[in-house]
Amino acid sequence: MTAKPRREPRDPLARRQEKHVPPGARSRAMQAMSARAATGRFVLQTCVNCQTVTYPPRDVCPKCWNELVWADQVRGATVLSETTIRVTTDLYFRDHLPWRMGKVALDAGPVALAHLHQDLKPGDPAEMHLLLDKRGNAALFATPSGGAFDMSDPQWREFVVSVRDSTVLVSDGSSAVGRAIVSALRAAGAGSIIAGSPQPSRAPQSSDAFASIEGVRSVRLDLTDARSITECLTGIGGPLDIVVNTARFMRSGGITAGRLLDQKRALEIGVVGFMRLAQASAPLLRTRRASAFVDILSIHALAAEAGFAGYSAAEAARLSLVQSFRHEMRAEGVRVVSVFAGPIDDEDHQSVPLPKLAPARLAQGVIEAIEKGREQLCVGDAAQDAMDRWFDDPALYIREKNA
Amino acid sequence: MTAIDRTLSDLVAHIASNKIAVVDLTNTLSPDFPVIVLPSEFGQCEPFRMDTVSRYDGDGPAWYWNNISMNEHTGTHFDAPAHWITGKDLPNGTVDTVPATEFIHPAVVIDISAQSAADEDFILTRAFLEDWEQRNARIPPQHWILLRTDWYKRVGTESYLNLKKDGAHSPGPDADAMRFLVLERYCVGLGVETVGTDAGQASNFDEPLPAHSILHGNGRFGLQCLTHLDRLPTFGAVVIATPLKIQNGSGSPLRVVALVPNSER
Repeated sequence: MTAKPRREPRDPLARRQEKHVPPGARSRAMQAMSARAATGRFVLQTCVNCQTVTYPPRDVCPKCWNELVWADQVRGATVLSETTIRVTTDLYFRDHLPWRMGKVALDAGPVALAHLHQDLKPGDPAEMHLLLDKRGNAALFATPSGGAFDMSDPQWREFVVSVRDSTVLVSDGSSAVGRAIVSALRAAGAGSIIAGSPQPSRAPQSSDAFASIEGVRSVRLDLTDARSITECLTGIGGPLDIVVNTARFMRSGGITAGRLLDQKRALEIGVVGFMRLAQASAPLLRTRRASAFVDILSIHALAAEAGFAGYSAAEAARLSLVQSFRHEMRAEGVRVVSVFAGPIDDEDHQSVPLPKLAPARLAQGVIEAIEKGREQLCVGDAAQDAMDRWFDDPALYIREKNA
Repeated sequence: MTAIDRTLSDLVAHIASNKIAVVDLTNTLSPDFPVIVLPSEFGQCEPFRMDTVSRYDGDGPAWYWNNISMNEHTGTHFDAPAHWITGKDLPNGTVDTVPATEFIHPAVVIDISAQSAADEDFILTRAFLEDWEQRNARIPPQHWILLRTDWYKRVGTESYLNLKKDGAHSPGPDADAMRFLVLERYCVGLGVETVGTDAGQASNFDEPLPAHSILHGNGRFGLQCLTHLDRLPTFGAVVIATPLKIQNGSGSPLRVVALVPNSER
């Protein structure tokens, strides 16, 4: 691979710009809003009694003092006014001045203060987004209505991570999912892709499966081998913007009948391996203005599939670890994303009945989650259905899943 | 000083003066050193892994040490008779019970490097060995048979395991060659530079995996992943191979060295 990776030009003598993150502390109601925004929902509180829709988040209805519940709302709005902020005491916003905000009349009812896309002016119709800021808190963002808008808007880019021209590490680029993600990243304009290649591989040089694809480099990477992670990361030799963790070891087997060594390996790669990768890549990600760590999780993380006991345990353990990692990285302004998938149409799921998710569809979901600023995304009906049922009644879902 | 005392002190003195060279036949035990790959329906051999406990840091300010894990057959390693089903009922078949006298034996080096370079599936036959004896000398009893293939030069590349769609491809003996070495030449064992004493395709032989089957069925040993056999003379080297004393162990990674008379001095 001799193609020069595309990276933004940087002044070698410039003093490193310290990275600041938006203010962190929020009310309990605001946390609830952020939790919903993390999955891409556009929600506002509605009064159970008088049906008033209210914003900002509150503990009781401002009209009748009754209970408020979160409800999905229409996204339309009209820009009422525009303000450009030129002075602030907040270190994060000070780094990004001038900053445009405006009052918007939400079609759902309330008038709200929102971050404005550069192409919006008073009187314009707008589409509202609940985006997570770098600290993981929800914020209202107004973009021009009608779907497509300029994604290079500097304020928008403070809320999402862009794949274009980024350097991405895919921890296992040799699996069906890994290959699909590499292709999708390439199509989305990633500048440089490092595809991890677990060993052993076939002679001669099957690890160079990506050699013909410009901008993709295959590197020996085994998450059970700490040294290979260090060597892989040092080999990148520059900034790292996005990590997509696709490494896993999935073999069928229960607790009593399964092969213990396979189950141990599922944990060694899926759990300990994740920790090694997260630990080693975090210092690189935290120096970037916008960066993300994406972990692909099976819905078995929510409730065990008894026929894949070790794999389910590994996924569940990683779900827990990702929560901790996300908390740690919020303070560093790094987005940690969980992409949930049901059964995938790959070698690992060869005995699982249809329907199964095409790897390319999952890869599309990974790009979408990164570029839309999600913390969580369910790709495909199976994953969404599993999430809904688990959310609704976890104990019942566990029984039904293994009925 | 008795004659025996003198023999030992002479040996040590010759080693110190390099009249007897010590050749290291061991590959470095590292996470990326390849291990044998079996068909996917079988359990797999785990490679060497190392996690640092402390390195002059908060977890150990003045000391450096690692936790390590591996299979008994990872890296340069020793195969005990109990490794194979044919040797399962033999006395002293596990590494902890193999008598220590077995750890030091002379060696005969059979060079098949040219043949292996020409044909990566080169099979060592009885006919080849009989011809070799005609060209060299009769293989003496109680010797390690070391197969020089120069395969060690492939370490660090995928051509070491040489996995292809139909399995691994590397040289090794057939069953008649093994019976000849074990039952007629009374070898101590077979030492190779490849990842197994058997050829890469030996599971497809009429008598599958003959080296493992015949060596271990007769209480003999295997040494695999050796390196630098090209530094040994055909006759005259002494191999020191002392496996770890693992309870009921089927084999063990180990340091293998050879004592070689230094004819240049």
